Amino acid sequence: MTEPSAALAPAERAVQLLGGDLSEVALRRHLQGLPAVDAVGLEARAAKLGTRSIKTSSKQAALDLIIRMIDLTTLQGADTRGKVRSLVAKALVPDVSDPATPRPAAVCVYGDMVGNAVEALGSAWSAGKDDGINVAAVATAFPAGRASLQVKLQDTRDAVDAGADEIDMVIDRGAFLEGNYGLVFDEIVQTKEACRRADGTYAHLKVILETGELVTYDNVRRASWLSILAGGDFIKTSTGKVQPAATLPVTLLMLQVVRDWERLSGERIGVKPAGGIATAKDAIKYLVTVAETCGEAWLDPHLFRFGASSLLNDVLQQRQKLSTGHYSGPDYVTID
Amino acid sequence: MTTTTKTTTRLDVPKTYKLFIGGAFPRSESGRVTEVRDPKGAFVANVARASRKDARDAVRAARKAQAGWASATAYNRGQVLYRVAEVLEGRKAQFVDELVRTEGLKPARAQEQVEAAIDLWVWHAGWTDKIAQVGGSANPVAGPYFNISVPEPTGVVAVVAPQQQGLLGLTSVVAPALVTGNAVVVVPAASSPLVAISLSEVLATSDLPGGVVNVLTGDPAELAPWLASHADVNALDLTGAGDLDWVELEQAAAETLKRVVRPEPGLAPETPQRILALTETKTVWHTKSRL
Repeated sequence: MTEPSAALAPAERAVQLLGGDLSEVALRRHLQGLPAVDAVGLEARAAKLGTRSIKTSSKQAALDLIIRMIDLTTLQGADTRGKVRSLVAKALVPDVSDPATPRPAAVCVYGDMVGNAVEALGSAWSAGKDDGINVAAVATAFPAGRASLQVKLQDTRDAVDAGADEIDMVIDRGAFLEGNYGLVFDEIVQTKEACRRADGTYAHLKVILETGELVTYDNVRRASWLSILAGGDFIKTSTGKVQPAATLPVTLLMLQVVRDWERLSGERIGVKPAGGIATAKDAIKYLVTVAETCGEAWLDPHLFRFGASSLLNDVLQQRQKLSTGHYSGPDYVTID
Repeated sequence: MTTTTKTTTRLDVPKTYKLFIGGAFPRSESGRVTEVRDPKGAFVANVARASRKDARDAVRAARKAQAGWASATAYNRGQVLYRVAEVLEGRKAQFVDELVRTEGLKPARAQEQVEAAIDLWVWHAGWTDKIAQVGGSANPVAGPYFNISVPEPTGVVAVVAPQQQGLLGLTSVVAPALVTGNAVVVVPAASSPLVAISLSEVLATSDLPGGVVNVLTGDPAELAPWLASHADVNALDLTGAGDLDWVELEQAAAETLKRVVRPEPGLAPETPQRILALTETKTVWHTKSRL
């Protein structure tokens, strides 16, 4: 364990907020000084936002936006190159019956599949540019994060070298729950550095908090702050491997942190709920929560994403319902 | 304490009849109810009035349950359908009472109808493991092959139940669909919703998996078009839709190639043909041994 007084890696945001000689004590003082979360109020607020009725043209816009925000994901031990190719094919043409269907923001795969995803995307791959589909890779010994730092960093570098535009890292929840904030902080800072490409640009870093293992809302708030201070571009709720995964209250709480950070620094951080969001109806509740918490500027794939696999099919069926006037069924979308 | 001297009259506890979707009894998502009155105009009960979204939920529940019901052995399906008859027998009095109150029947006629319905469940229970022998065939082919055709369930069947004889009519359309392993979304007769929901309570306690039968009390004219056009419904049984614009419903069903059973007098009830109307034929070729 690192000494409590040990100096931390000089992450830019943390230095600005906590002062030049960045130490674990200062970080701990900041995190533990955050106001406690009113759990009942948070859940009531989330439930209230979930009752909003979004219809007709607003619903149409919401469905298209949801598709543009999806990180289409396959993260199974049984993933094959063929599975990744079909996932990419689905991202390229989500709905054969409607060529106007927008494409998802990214495909999200394990690090060793990045090369296959890039190859399958071909000219549709964004390759760091703003148009096209990104390739996101989970790294740092996803999903448990139980490996040495060298292994985690090499995992990250491999994915970036293979062409990953975005890295989804997991934090060391064990260290976090022990109160070893410095260790978690340093790992994020170093992973961020491992995201650096040869040309000096960085792959986007999403930090997975795995809120299902953090036990309390207070911990979620602290972990969100810690991840932002250490340099995360996105904070993400879950790996999808632990229940509960993304919930509306947890996402609301993380959005509040992101909003507070923008007020403090002017800098916009993204949020990505992942796992368990399977219906368009649920996804629309998240959009309402985003707009009501951070403002409509956040309704943008650069600042909000859904980590999902089955969500896309449900959204496509809802789109088909809107365009044809009758209910669609699972026979009219792909089997994933 | 004696009860004979009681002077207060007991308050009625009228029952609200809710929908039957996915094995549960939810209210309509629309919150709507219809008042049911007896032939003399006295209040009997409030019945949920289903909306198109309830129909959508019911189809989703049916789709989820259908594969499991179809993969149960024919023998097991027969046991379950017979169990329905058994449970119905034990609750005969309630059904007689409901028919008297809603259809205005004399108790003797109501009892006849309930008993006919029970017998119809038994009749269908017997067919589950025999229908393949009647509807299937071993086909002669010019080659060293076995060629076998077997009836398989069509899938999710949306049904408009007959508008007369509430319980018997409902049984005569639901039971034949269940025999081969279909899942059903049924709109019962608008005039007798009480027996439909009471039958749902019987189904819910007869080992029938939740979602295999879904009952949407409400206006058939409102619900049928949504079911007819729903892309995830495989067959449309219009037996009780004679008073609706059923040609339009049939046209809507054709958009997604649904199997359609036309209104009364369409297929005679209580015949193997009625059961086979909601099946698809699967034909299998298999090499013969050359020994």
